Amino acid sequence: MLIHNLKKSYNSKTVVDSVSLEIPKGCVLSMIGPNGAGKSTVLNLISRLIARDAGDITFKGKDISSWKNKELAKHLAILTQSNNVQMKLTIRELVAFGRFPYSGSQLTAEDNQKIDEAIAYMELTDLSDRFIDELSGGQRQRAYIAMVIAQDTEYILLDEPTNNLDIYHSSNMMKIIRRLCDDLGKTVVLVLHEINYAAFYSDYICAFVNGQVAKFGTVSEVMTKETLSEIYNVDFEIQEIEGKPLSIYY
Amino acid sequence: MKKNHLTIGLAICLFLLSIWSLFLGVMDISIAGLLSGNLEELEILLISRLPRLLAILCTGVGMSVAGLIMQQLCMNKFVSPTTGATISSAQLGILLALLFMPSSTIWTRAIFAFVTATLGTWIFVFFIQRIHYKDVVMVPLVGIMFGNVIGGITNYLAYKYEMTQALSSWLVGHFSIVLRGRYEIVFLVVPLVILAFIFANHFNIVGMGKDFSSNLGVNHNLILFFGLTIAAMITASIVVVVGSISYIGLIVPNIVALFKGDRIKGTLLDTALFGAVFVLICDMIGRQIIAPYELPIELIVGVLGSILFVILLLYRLKNGRKSVKPKELFKKRNIKNGYLN
Repeated sequence: MLIHNLKKSYNSKTVVDSVSLEIPKGCVLSMIGPNGAGKSTVLNLISRLIARDAGDITFKGKDISSWKNKELAKHLAILTQSNNVQMKLTIRELVAFGRFPYSGSQLTAEDNQKIDEAIAYMELTDLSDRFIDELSGGQRQRAYIAMVIAQDTEYILLDEPTNNLDIYHSSNMMKIIRRLCDDLGKTVVLVLHEINYAAFYSDYICAFVNGQVAKFGTVSEVMTKETLSEIYNVDFEIQEIEGKPLSIYY
Repeated sequence: MKKNHLTIGLAICLFLLSIWSLFLGVMDISIAGLLSGNLEELEILLISRLPRLLAILCTGVGMSVAGLIMQQLCMNKFVSPTTGATISSAQLGILLALLFMPSSTIWTRAIFAFVTATLGTWIFVFFIQRIHYKDVVMVPLVGIMFGNVIGGITNYLAYKYEMTQALSSWLVGHFSIVLRGRYEIVFLVVPLVILAFIFANHFNIVGMGKDFSSNLGVNHNLILFFGLTIAAMITASIVVVVGSISYIGLIVPNIVALFKGDRIKGTLLDTALFGAVFVLICDMIGRQIIAPYELPIELIVGVLGSILFVILLLYRLKNGRKSVKPKELFKKRNIKNGYLN
């Protein structure tokens, strides 16, 4: 996926400005940056949930807006925070919606198999008849990820998947994301607030400041004292743990 | 398995009640009389009783399915044809038809009602999409206010052109004018409900939010307005024939959802059956209480419906979270947790 010169503004306030980026295939890319830096907006733009003002987004050699809705839904999935969780659907019913782009309303045997696999992969088999509104935050998040797995897309975009989760569930979520990439060969792009999760679990980091890409590179390229201090305006120390650079900030 | 029991139970219940209702009324009809070829009895059955029964069934099915669709699409359990300005818009349409085309047939009036009901519902939804207070209680309040504004216009026009008398039969719903030859339009409910069933999953997906729909390749706005149009047309075709019948679209889908969840494909049939049973029972009560006269269905539905709603609330309070969650009902009342999205 190639992004070139992407721009978006709301009421003359530019939120995304000249963002150019190439998302490498088959790896985990985390977008970090302070609040209002435009990370989520970029994520929404490349999944065309919102319309861009200028720039090109080329997905698999074709501009993203020339893709058919249903076709794109088979190649690219996005999960945002704004899901209606008051809906009384069972986990299985929710995950089944992941097959919608393929079979519409009539599920085939293959669809059912994919749904079962996705639920089993997220270790939700025992809960599959429970309603999503009775689940804990962590379980619910896993149910949504299961739906995305059932959607069987090459690219998965996640907007703050660890939001509102405690440390246990957050690190669990990050391990799942890592496995999506390593086991299932998916390209995962996610917006994260917690830098150390980004450092520990992703391959690439893209740091945003004021709607622009401040730094894009491998984890070790971005996770330096100078870069992070500049981006966040906070003092940083970088320490190496298990061969990965982790940051301490105060 | 348990799920099917409910559906079968409702279907049997509806069937028995339907048969019973055919033999209920001022004129006595008996099976023996019908079989022995009593033409007079047969005539009553075909001209009055059967049309009435069919109209009741269509009304029950239609109003509850319309409510179900609107609740899903608006992501709000308190939206219904009553609280979404659909009924009052349809009434305005009928009045306009009476004003501009005094000799209009029921079909012309229906077309007017279709157009205004659809427009009214669209405007309401367009409006709630724009306001920022997406509070669960706020949305139906806006709908009720909007509905009252339209109702006010209708009343004003009716007074001004001395149409109140003519209009009154569409303001309070009742089945007593249902006779062969002037109710058939209500059958439009059947294809519309089938259409709703075909698009059930689309409506569910749209009900999960705009981002969710886009992710699955569903055109959010197209399906939203398509679904609203179906709901509005169902409502309009009922209002034209029997008048305004409130609450069914609100209560029936909520009760069924408590037991069976929100997957439309799974609940639509039960919602339709339960709606039909509910209206039929209300109608039979209305016919019995002050027989040989009858009370308008609107009155019975209002009383019975609100009692049912309170019982449901209390039952859930007592039984905690088992099988059916009261949580959901209370969430709606709790402003803090009440925001959608």
